[in-house]
Amino acid sequence: MRIPIETFRLPNGLFMTFSEDHTAPIVAVNLWYHVGSANERAGRTGFAHLFEHMLFQGSADVAANEHFEMIQRAGGTLNGSTWLDRTNYFETVPSNQLELVLWLEANRMGWLLPAMTQQKLDTQRAVVKNERRWSVDNQPYGTWWERLPALTYPETHPFHHSLIGSMEDLDAASLDDIKHFFATYYTPDNAVLSVAGDFDRAEARALIEKHFGSIPRGNSKPPLSDTTLPPTFGDWKREVVADDVMLPRLFLAFRSPVFGSDEYYAASVASAVLGLRKGSRLYRSLVRERQVAAEAQAFTYDLTKGSDLLVVDVTARPGVAPEALEHHVADEIDVLVRDGVTDEEVHRAVAIIQTEFVTAMQSAGERADRLSLFATYFGDPSLVNAQVERYQQVTAGPVNDFVRERLGEDNRASLLYIPKVDRDAESGQRHHAENADDLAEVVTIEARP
Amino acid sequence: MSASTAAAPLGGRQPRPAPGAPRAYQFPRFERSALANGMHLVVAPITKLPIVTVTVLIDAGAVGDAPGRAGLAQLTAKLLLEGTTSTGGAALSDRFERFGASVEAHADWDGALLTMTTLSDKLRPAFLLLGEVLREPSFSQREVERLKEERLAELLQLRAEPRGLADEYFSRFLYEPTSRYARPDGGDEASVAAITRDDVLQFHRSRYAPPGITLIASGDLTFELVESLAVEAFGDWIGSAPSIVTSTDAPARRGRAVHLVAKADAPQSELRLGHVGLTRTHPDYFPAVIMNAVLGGLFSSRINLNLREVHGYTYGAHSYFDWRRQAGPWVVSTAVQSDVTDAAAREVLIEIERLRAERISADELSLATSYLDGVFPIRYETSSAIAAALAALVLYGLPDDWYDRYRKRVRAVSIDHVLEAAQRHLHPEALQMVVVGNASAIRDRMEAMAFGPVTVYDADGRPL
Repeated sequence: MRIPIETFRLPNGLFMTFSEDHTAPIVAVNLWYHVGSANERAGRTGFAHLFEHMLFQGSADVAANEHFEMIQRAGGTLNGSTWLDRTNYFETVPSNQLELVLWLEANRMGWLLPAMTQQKLDTQRAVVKNERRWSVDNQPYGTWWERLPALTYPETHPFHHSLIGSMEDLDAASLDDIKHFFATYYTPDNAVLSVAGDFDRAEARALIEKHFGSIPRGNSKPPLSDTTLPPTFGDWKREVVADDVMLPRLFLAFRSPVFGSDEYYAASVASAVLGLRKGSRLYRSLVRERQVAAEAQAFTYDLTKGSDLLVVDVTARPGVAPEALEHHVADEIDVLVRDGVTDEEVHRAVAIIQTEFVTAMQSAGERADRLSLFATYFGDPSLVNAQVERYQQVTAGPVNDFVRERLGEDNRASLLYIPKVDRDAESGQRHHAENADDLAEVVTIEARP
Repeated sequence: MSASTAAAPLGGRQPRPAPGAPRAYQFPRFERSALANGMHLVVAPITKLPIVTVTVLIDAGAVGDAPGRAGLAQLTAKLLLEGTTSTGGAALSDRFERFGASVEAHADWDGALLTMTTLSDKLRPAFLLLGEVLREPSFSQREVERLKEERLAELLQLRAEPRGLADEYFSRFLYEPTSRYARPDGGDEASVAAITRDDVLQFHRSRYAPPGITLIASGDLTFELVESLAVEAFGDWIGSAPSIVTSTDAPARRGRAVHLVAKADAPQSELRLGHVGLTRTHPDYFPAVIMNAVLGGLFSSRINLNLREVHGYTYGAHSYFDWRRQAGPWVVSTAVQSDVTDAAAREVLIEIERLRAERISADELSLATSYLDGVFPIRYETSSAIAAALAALVLYGLPDDWYDRYRKRVRAVSIDHVLEAAQRHLHPEALQMVVVGNASAIRDRMEAMAFGPVTVYDADGRPL
């Protein structure tokens, strides 16, 4: 299946993508700004996400929290999210409310700063600190999202630091930082606006020109510092974390080809063979047969610059020691490297991915999100229609090339969580962590407002 | 384009636009029928994308668990996908997944649900495999033991997981001990350990039978296709209707109480405040839903704006009715910074009292009603959402025109209806408070609130 796609660009650089579908009176708007935590400077970690919260605090013609109220009153759903390399804002509304959404997004893209106050910043800082406590500090294994990038990207790399930020850096954020960040990154030429669902393209284009047309383009954003990395870690990196958890859990990461490259699709299929659903190798072997794991999965981050990560995530069954867990997982990876995948395994993975794609395309919001994604990263939203075919072209050959090149012992990073006090009576031993005193700090996969 | 926007210069900062004319929406049409063996069919063809969802709703929910065997319904449902008499568990997963089908089974309080979503060109083989799963599960001893162990691992993980722990303890302290609702739907350590393979076989024999099953299908299909597949897969399956089961929804106590579950050094308190709510078929359903939306059901509701946006105590706070055949909980749920636990709870109490004492504003009413009215079509974009909506009709015995009348009934709720609903269905004197947090640091303050007697428990639920 393919979805219809059209694109335009305003003179100020705003890139628009449209996909019509009139099966229900619903329209989705999805606005991506090409800025994320990777663009933050030292001492201001967490700023991109804190800024996302501030975008719901009103603009020249919108009061604090009124954005939420207006969209919900219109019968719509909305949210925003921050990621390493982008921030997005999205609404799905009854189709007769399209102009309201465009007006709200334009008002904050063009006229945000008059509404910013110290008091609003202070409140959102408190909210974000509570978001951090909730999703990271007070959640078993909650620090993994912060620790894994820190372990796998060098200290100077833009993906190394915490997305949700440290408490100290959140405290340091000022109104001047807000103004500077806004002027630098929240400009029409650094954004993609996608509309999907029940609307008329000509009318939507006219509305976007009307509301966004006068917003000036930016003064060129600073380039991201160099993201280039060697294809492998060069050794096996290890970190052990003693935490307030009941069962050992291992995150085993591998550097892998960036999202969008030909090699990515082979890596993604390898990830699915290893850990997508119950028919995957890790589930079959570790959960079903050997019964050493309670849960097992694998996934990729889908980063488009520097290096992507393929991550295997396995939680032990009670009574299984952390060392044994790591041994069993490594054993499965070694078998994969040695023997490779079969055509049947590739077929299973691609069949699931294809159904997932059609399932997602039922939703206007998902369509708009993926259009923005491919437009932002590659300048070509029509790539959304090529994804299933790119997966279908993958055969066992390139998957095995990837597996041999990237899943060896010279390209592994393990982040192993162990219970602070081993409460398992059977093993009876206590485990010591290298950094047990290192207080758990943050990260969420996608921080929302 | 609306008149109000025409005056502004093109491209400049614009005044707020007015909405256009709304376009009509109709919930998908569906057809009902029954096979000769008593199995019910509900089919909703949707012309959109080449995808279908099949949901098998079985009268085998957790309220039917045998005494001392809490978790039996859940275990039985999950075991369906762990092997049939002719296909082992791993091979079964592999067969579904090679069709690209996703399949999932679990038991809700009032029914078990086996749900599959697949591309429509794979419907026939995937459907027939689903039939095998339903009719010929092997319930092998090995798989029974494995899933029991996995449930025990889940329970162990819960001890360090404050959100889940707070939810579980809230139910435990809310209902009287004989109520099935007082125990987790998946069972606890003792009840799960007690379940045998024979219990599972017996449960499946007595509750999985055609007259107690509704087959729901939505998406790119026709009624005739689904009916013929159902006849092929289930036509020769004979069984008698399962007995009617129910559970008491009586509360554990009449007065207020604070249940403080200790989690050392927790930076936040997971807070639950609520009481036994209403049955899903209660005549005040709509006023109660709107009342809850104003209080804590929306981002812009009173409790969230108060706790998050005014005080910065939390990342979010909300309230909800957990709808079941019997009265499920009504609960306010949030996580707040440890040192403001009492202050946050006090604000929640103020909001509950205020809703019972004063009429809400016309703006608040219209926000809640126009949201629920407008968002209606957005809820049913996918084949699986439509199948779930149809399953709810069957599960709670709602009339066939429920979804067609839904928006009109939402709009009919008035300010006075909301006040009446708050006065009738919010019970400040019966509130139970559960806090999972740093007990030693906050105990004194919770006592000083004089909300009710405070009991402190360890993570295993033993009073300290």
